[in-house]
Amino acid sequence: MTTATTIQPDYNMKVVRQFTLTTILWGIIGMAVGVLIAAQLVWPALNFDTPWLTYSRLRPLHTNAVIFAFGTSALMATSFYVVQRTCQTRLFGGPLASIVFWGWQLVILSAVITLPLGYTTSKEYAELEWPIDLLITAVWVVYAIVFFGTLTIRKTSHIYVANWFFGAFILTVAVLHIVNSMAIPVSLGSMKSYSIYAGAVDAMVQWWYGHNAVGFLLTAGFLGMMYYFVPKQANRPVYSYRLSIIHFWALIAVYIWAGPHHLHYTALPDWAQSLGMVMSLILFAPSWGGMINGIMTLSGAWHKLRTDPILRFLVVSLSFYGMSTFEGPMMAIKTVNALSHYTDWTVGHVHSGALGWVAMVTIGAVYHLIPRLYGQKGMYSVALINLHFWMATIGTVLYIVAMWISGVMQGLMWRAVNADGTLTYTFVESLEKSYPFYTIRFFGGLVFLSGMLIMAYNTYKTITAEKGSIQPQELGE
Amino acid sequence: MSLFWTIWISVITLTVVIGCAVLLRMTSKNTTGVPEGEPMPHTFDGIQELNNPLPKWWVGLFWFTIVIAMIYSIAFPTYTANYNGLLNWTSSEQSVMNPEESAEAAKTSQSQYQREMNAADEKYGAVFKDLAYNESGAYKDLTLIAKDKEAVKVGQRLFLQNCAQCHGSDARGSKGFPNLADNDWLYGGDAETIKTTIMHGRNGVMPAWKDILGGDQAVKEVASYVLKLSGRRVNAIEAQAGGEKFALCAACHGPEGKGIPAMGAPNLTDKVWLYGGSRKAVEDSIANGRSGVMPAWSKILGEDKVHLIAAFVYSLSLEK
Repeated sequence: MTTATTIQPDYNMKVVRQFTLTTILWGIIGMAVGVLIAAQLVWPALNFDTPWLTYSRLRPLHTNAVIFAFGTSALMATSFYVVQRTCQTRLFGGPLASIVFWGWQLVILSAVITLPLGYTTSKEYAELEWPIDLLITAVWVVYAIVFFGTLTIRKTSHIYVANWFFGAFILTVAVLHIVNSMAIPVSLGSMKSYSIYAGAVDAMVQWWYGHNAVGFLLTAGFLGMMYYFVPKQANRPVYSYRLSIIHFWALIAVYIWAGPHHLHYTALPDWAQSLGMVMSLILFAPSWGGMINGIMTLSGAWHKLRTDPILRFLVVSLSFYGMSTFEGPMMAIKTVNALSHYTDWTVGHVHSGALGWVAMVTIGAVYHLIPRLYGQKGMYSVALINLHFWMATIGTVLYIVAMWISGVMQGLMWRAVNADGTLTYTFVESLEKSYPFYTIRFFGGLVFLSGMLIMAYNTYKTITAEKGSIQPQELGE
Repeated sequence: MSLFWTIWISVITLTVVIGCAVLLRMTSKNTTGVPEGEPMPHTFDGIQELNNPLPKWWVGLFWFTIVIAMIYSIAFPTYTANYNGLLNWTSSEQSVMNPEESAEAAKTSQSQYQREMNAADEKYGAVFKDLAYNESGAYKDLTLIAKDKEAVKVGQRLFLQNCAQCHGSDARGSKGFPNLADNDWLYGGDAETIKTTIMHGRNGVMPAWKDILGGDQAVKEVASYVLKLSGRRVNAIEAQAGGEKFALCAACHGPEGKGIPAMGAPNLTDKVWLYGGSRKAVEDSIANGRSGVMPAWSKILGEDKVHLIAAFVYSLSLEK
């Protein structure tokens, strides 16, 4: 394992520590809600006939918690850490960083309260109602001021590639959030609002937002994370500077057009569907550019995978990233989409990205950060990191394989016809056949969640140990 | 789609694609001034970046997707609604605004949807015709088809696909959606009447009586009378007061409350309740009225299929 460097005193590491710990906390809560709703699909009685425990209210809580509480806390932690260290300057704006932290926790808390109570705009991944949307906007603007302010006062001549990705993520998410959330409240005293868009335009704006929340938050943001923690943990130079240039600009320019593939064979005009499809195809190579640059960074350091489970997390996350960014453009092809759309295949695709890529790269980064943030030379137990690695990998594979089989089966059942042209199966029949896979999915999620609890324990033991008392370890020692 | 939006979309998206191609060419060459494989002259927190060339297979993949995308966008409508591409392809009629325009367009449309519908009619139409028609080319009598197991099976499949959403997969309905298996009929249960109902739909309207009757107390009284008609125990004084007001209801439900099938007015003396038979549900029906819609299926399914569905629905009563 690499030796931990001492943290330079003028960096603002307090906000990084706060966001890193909340990443773990919200990760556990968000995934626990996910495991509960996965269980509800197998045993519907688990909603206990309580309105705020029903699937329909907890599902948006799960997605909001893992994307905006877990994922975005991780991005805020790592972007604040990386931008300081690669610009060699303290965060811009003094107390503003603290406002970002507490403001964002307030946003999350509001979501945790309002979503189970049934307040929703009914826009997927943008369910939060207008007062919370305003709060998000305010906090995000402060976040942007701190991040870009720090870039402006940097002590280095160039801006490191990780910061390009973080910057693109911060700017674009601001635009996406504001445009998609435009709504008129029923009254100033009411939580309810109505979108200013209608019909197919509303659908298009929603999926322009929805797809780019994936593209800029869950892809560009986490690529920023990858570009710092992979070379740092492997202690190797980034593979190709030129590859980072072309794949960055191509990724951000093309991604923004890919949204219509969520609306194939709907009321969206043909031309918009075609455009979304071809842009999704072109997106394939730029997406893989990031995977190549990450994995090839390990050239000459492959042996480290034998002894460093943190590096395993990072490398396996890149493999899942590569897999889901191959799957995505394929699913955007209209003929493939005709089979996959509305089935569990989509759910599997999302989770190969969410568990395999986003969560695994985050976990790797957090294990890298914790000792450095709390004055240790390593985590309390490398064996536990390794155990966590295998639980995360097995959990993810169980989840996505179950959803692939279930999804393709559903797609085939829904299109099967009798000799007279009528449908062979009713919807309920396809649902019955899905039950075994829902059970496997629940089990996979449970294994993944249990790994997060091990991480929480390992973190607790590391930060409560006497400063400097933990020595670097290698696997098998 | 106006010329402005066509230009807006085309210019921006083509700029993105061409920009990718230009940048790909630029980064395929080494213009950094640093020999290939050597580190760039900057480090960030100890991280160096090598000036390695782009992997050749990856560059090839990138060009391949750009070329495929360009070919697709010429062949299919991509930048504007005004041009259907070299293949002159549309998924459906893009400009129809209502079912009438849609039906009109269907006669000549070459859209993918219409081609698939025509192909299905060609392939499966004969199956329905064989079961629905007799040798002289007229529709078989529904009561005969209802005894033909194969035909009833096909009718049932059509029912499951088109009717089960409201009437349930067992045809037993639910609140607001009539039970079709209990031999109790709003509009009459002979086979031809069932077919007419499916072909042309029905609009069942019960007006709201609260204001006309004069408030909650009057509604309560009429409800008592109505419940008494089906043998329920009620407050006799209320029921008598309600009976005096029932003349208003008799116009549709008949003087004895036995209903008038020609109007679709339900029989109130049996124990079948479309919107629920609790006192509260009956009071609700009287006070606020009800509105039930059975859609017309003639244009959606065509008469051949409707004929078979009618036979299936009719057969449900035969089994009793």
